[in-house]
Amino acid sequence: MTTVLELRGITKRFPGVLANDHVDISLNEREILALLGENGAGKTTLMNILYGLYQPDEGQILVRGEEVAINSPSDAIARGIGMVHQHFMLVPVMTVTENVMLGIEPTKNGIFLDKGQVAKRIREISEQYGLEVDPDAYIKDLPVGTQQRVEIIKVLYRNADILILDEPTAVLTPQEVEGLFQILRALIDSGKSIIFITHKLKEVLAMADRITVLRGGAVAGSAIPSEVTPRQLASLMVGREVSLTVEKEKPQPGEVVLQVNHLYVKDEREHVVVNGITFDVRGGEVLGVAGVQGNGQTELVYALTGLLPVESGDVLLNGESLAHATPRQILERGVAHVPEDRQKHGLVLPFPIYDNMMLCTYYQPPFSRGVVLQEKAIMDSATELTAQFDVRTPSIKVAVSTLSGGNQQKVIVAREFSRPIKLLIASQPTRGLDVGSIEYIHSRIIEKRDDGVAVLLVSSELDEILALSDRIAVMYKGQIVDVLDADAVNKEYLGLLMAGMKPSEAASKAKPGEQTVERVF
Amino acid sequence: MNTIEETKTIEAAAFRRIRIGYGIALLVTGMLIFLLFGLNTQAGLSSVFGMNLPSSQAIVIPDLVIPAQATVYALAIVIAFLGAFQMSRGIHSIGWLVGALAFAFVLAFLVWAAQGKSFNLVGMLQSSIVRATPIALAALCGVMSERSGVVNIGIEGIMLISAQAAVISASLASNLYVGLLVAILTGGLVAATHAYLVIRFKVDQIVSGVAINIFGVGMTSFISSRFLEKAFTNLNNSGTFPIIPIPILSKIPIIGPALFESNIVIYLMIVVVIVTHVILFYTPWGLRTRAVGEHPKAADTLGINVYLTRYINVIAGGMIAGLGGAYFTIGAVGRFDQAMTAGKGFIGLAAMIFGNWNPVGAFFSSLIFGFADSLQVKLQILSVPIPSAFLLMAPYIVTMIVLTGVIGKSTPPAADGVPYEK
Repeated sequence: MTTVLELRGITKRFPGVLANDHVDISLNEREILALLGENGAGKTTLMNILYGLYQPDEGQILVRGEEVAINSPSDAIARGIGMVHQHFMLVPVMTVTENVMLGIEPTKNGIFLDKGQVAKRIREISEQYGLEVDPDAYIKDLPVGTQQRVEIIKVLYRNADILILDEPTAVLTPQEVEGLFQILRALIDSGKSIIFITHKLKEVLAMADRITVLRGGAVAGSAIPSEVTPRQLASLMVGREVSLTVEKEKPQPGEVVLQVNHLYVKDEREHVVVNGITFDVRGGEVLGVAGVQGNGQTELVYALTGLLPVESGDVLLNGESLAHATPRQILERGVAHVPEDRQKHGLVLPFPIYDNMMLCTYYQPPFSRGVVLQEKAIMDSATELTAQFDVRTPSIKVAVSTLSGGNQQKVIVAREFSRPIKLLIASQPTRGLDVGSIEYIHSRIIEKRDDGVAVLLVSSELDEILALSDRIAVMYKGQIVDVLDADAVNKEYLGLLMAGMKPSEAASKAKPGEQTVERVF
Repeated sequence: MNTIEETKTIEAAAFRRIRIGYGIALLVTGMLIFLLFGLNTQAGLSSVFGMNLPSSQAIVIPDLVIPAQATVYALAIVIAFLGAFQMSRGIHSIGWLVGALAFAFVLAFLVWAAQGKSFNLVGMLQSSIVRATPIALAALCGVMSERSGVVNIGIEGIMLISAQAAVISASLASNLYVGLLVAILTGGLVAATHAYLVIRFKVDQIVSGVAINIFGVGMTSFISSRFLEKAFTNLNNSGTFPIIPIPILSKIPIIGPALFESNIVIYLMIVVVIVTHVILFYTPWGLRTRAVGEHPKAADTLGINVYLTRYINVIAGGMIAGLGGAYFTIGAVGRFDQAMTAGKGFIGLAAMIFGNWNPVGAFFSSLIFGFADSLQVKLQILSVPIPSAFLLMAPYIVTMIVLTGVIGKSTPPAADGVPYEK
C-alpha cells in the first residue's frame, strides 16, 4: 500500500488560537480516511492548509513522497488535490458547465469559451462514476444533493486523485447520504483516495477505512472502524465521557397550545412554499418537523413568528389568532423563538451579551422606566442568566460576535427560555454546535417540555428529531406528508418520506426493523 | 380540502391583481391621451415628421405626414381597447404592457406637439444617440466594475476629471487624439485609486465613490475658474473631433444619418458596447469576472485571483468612463465648463441597473435617457405650451420611474459592493 499524502507536524496559529498543533496525518492510496472532530477541532483549518487557502506556520506536506509547497488552490489542483467544501463553492446563476470550467476554461480560437467540449467531458465523468447531472442546468434550480455531485465533478474534471470532502453529509437526506457513499466507493475503486471530514460518528463507522480524531487542534488518536465503539470515539473527540442519548420521561401532553389550520405562506419570490399545513402541538410535548432543508420549514417558522405574512389559513395560540400579529405581539403572548440563523435573526452581533439578553424585554419594567433604560437592572439580570445558562465568557460586556457558536446559542436560549412562555419554536437549535453544547441545549429543551411548554422543533438532523420528539411531522414540498408517533418510528420509512415518496409507497418499500432509536451524532 | 386547488386560487388572485391594475392603468392612459392631446388638437391640422437631415449623405426619402387629431384619437382608442382586453382576459407580460403604454403616450404627445408644424424624427434619433453616448459609457463603466463586485458611484467625478484632462492635453498638443488618450488614461488612474482604496484597504465603496465625485467637481472647478477662464484660455480651446461618415452605411435612410455620420467617440462607444458584451459573456475573462462578482470565494477556491480580477475590471471601467469624459469636451463642444457632466454619470448608473448589468441592455437603456434628453430640447424649439423648467426635468423623471422598478426587476451581482476577505 502506497502513501499518497502525508502531513508532518503541521502547525497553524491564528491570533489567540492554536488551530493546528503539530498534526501528523497520512493517506494511503484507495483509502477513505475519516477526519473526525468537533467544531473548532481544527479539521477545516487543516484541510484549508492542504488546499492552499492557508499557509502553515510549521510543518511539511508530502504528496507521493515528495515535499511540496502549496501556496494557493492552483498549486493544490496542480498536485491532484481537490476539495468539496462544506458550503458549496458554486455560482448559483451560472450553469453546471460554467461552474465546472471556471478557472481552467478551454477556448475556441484562443478567445471564446468552448462550453460544448466541457459539457461533453461532464457527461463522460457522470457516466463513469454514476454522478447524474445535466450540464446545462442552472445551479440555483438544482437540489442540494445534485449540487454536491457538481462539486465532485468539478474536482474530477481537474483530474484530482486526492479528494477532500468537508462535512459532505450535513445537507443530505439519509437516501442521498447512501448515494454519496456509493459514489465514494466507485471513486475508490477507480484509484482515488479520499479524506472525509465529519463530526458524525455513525458515518465514520459506516464509511471509513481508517479514522483519525482531532481534538483542540491536535491528533487525539487513530482507529480502525471495526475495532472501536461509538462511545470510545465520542470520548476521544470530546475528551470526556459524554452521554449519547437524551434522558427523558414519557411526555404528559396537555391542552392544545398551537393550532395551525390550512396555512399558506409565500416566500420573498412570491412562490407558495408552505402549502396548506394543518397540525397542532400540545403543552408538554415536542413536535418535531423533519424534512430536508428547503421544503418550507424555514418559511413555516417565519410565518408562525411573524417574520413572513400569512397568505391564508390561521394560526391559533390557545385559541387566539396570531396570523396577523406582529413579532412583538407574538412574543408578548408567550412564544419563544430560537431562530435557524442565529447570527442573522437571533443576535445583534456587535452588541454586548447583556443587550442581546434583553432584546425581547428591554422596553418593559424593570429594564426600562419610561424611555430610559435601567442599566443596573439589565446588568444584574444578564449576570444571573449568564451563570444560570452556563454561557462561557470573560465578561457580559464583550460583543456576542466574539463568542463561540455554542455560547452564542446559549445567549439566545437564556433570553428565550427565561421568559414565561407557552410555546417554544426551535429551528435547527444545534446546527454547527459541538457535542457538549448539543447535550446542554437538548436537555434544556426537554426541561421546558416537562414544564408544560409546547415545543415545535424544526431540524434537518434526523437524529436530533428522533432524540427529542414525541411526535414527528414530515415536511416535503411545503406539505406535511405524515405525522408519526416517535416511539414506533421506522427510520427507513421516515427517510423515504423526506425524499418525497408517498406514505403508502414508502410503507411498502421500507423494510421492517431498526425500530429502536439510538442517538449517535 | 384540496391543497393544490387552494394554491391555484392564491396564484390566480395575484394574477388578477396584475390584470386589473394594469387594465386600469391602460384605460386611464387612453383617457389621458384623449383629454390632454386629443381635445387640444385642432381638426384639419397635420403633423409632419421629417425623415431626412439637411446636410446628410443619405438617400432622401419622403417625410411622414399624418393627420394629427385622427392619429391621437386612434391611439387613445387602441390603448383603451387594450385596457379593456387586459381587464377581461389578461396579458402576463408586464414588459409588453408597460412598453405599449409608454410608446402610445409618447407618440400621441409628439403628434400633438408637432401639429401644424414639422418635427424632424431623424434629427431626434441622431441627437438621442449623441446624448446617450456619455450615459452609455458611464453605464458600461458601471457594468465592468459591478460585474466584478465593486460598486463605483464615482463615475460622475471620473468623467469630469477626464473631460478636463482631455481638453487641456488636446489644446497643449494641438492634437485631439492625444486628448482622447489622456482622458482614457486619466479615467483609468482615478478608477485605480478607487480600486486601491476599496480592495486593498476595504474602504466603504460608497464613501470612496462620493469622495471621488466631490474631489472631481472641486478640483476641475478650481482649475477652471483659476486658470482656464483667466490667463490660460488657450488651454481650453481644443476644437472637436470631425464627423466621419462611414462609406455606404451612411447612405442608408434614417439609420445612416442617425448613426453612421458621427465622430470617433460615438463610434468607439458602439465598439465598446459590443466588445464588453462579448468579453463578459463569451470569454474566459468574462466568466471569471462574473464568478468573482457573484461568489468570490468560489472563484478563489478555483485558483482565480479575486483581487487582481477586480482591479483590472475597475480600471478598465474607469478607462471607459474616461472616454465618456472625453466626449463632453473634445467630442462635443471643444471646451470645458464647470460641472458640465450634469449628472450623466449617475444617470448612467440608472441605465446600468435598468439594463440589468448587461452591456447591450445598458446601451438601450441609455438610448431611452438620451431620447428623453433630446426630446426636451426639441420641444423647447417647437415652443410647446409647457414651461421649459418641466421639460428640463424629463431625463431625471425618466430616471426615477425606471429606478422604482415598475418596469421589471433587475438583479445585481450577488457580491456587488461586498469587500472580499480571504
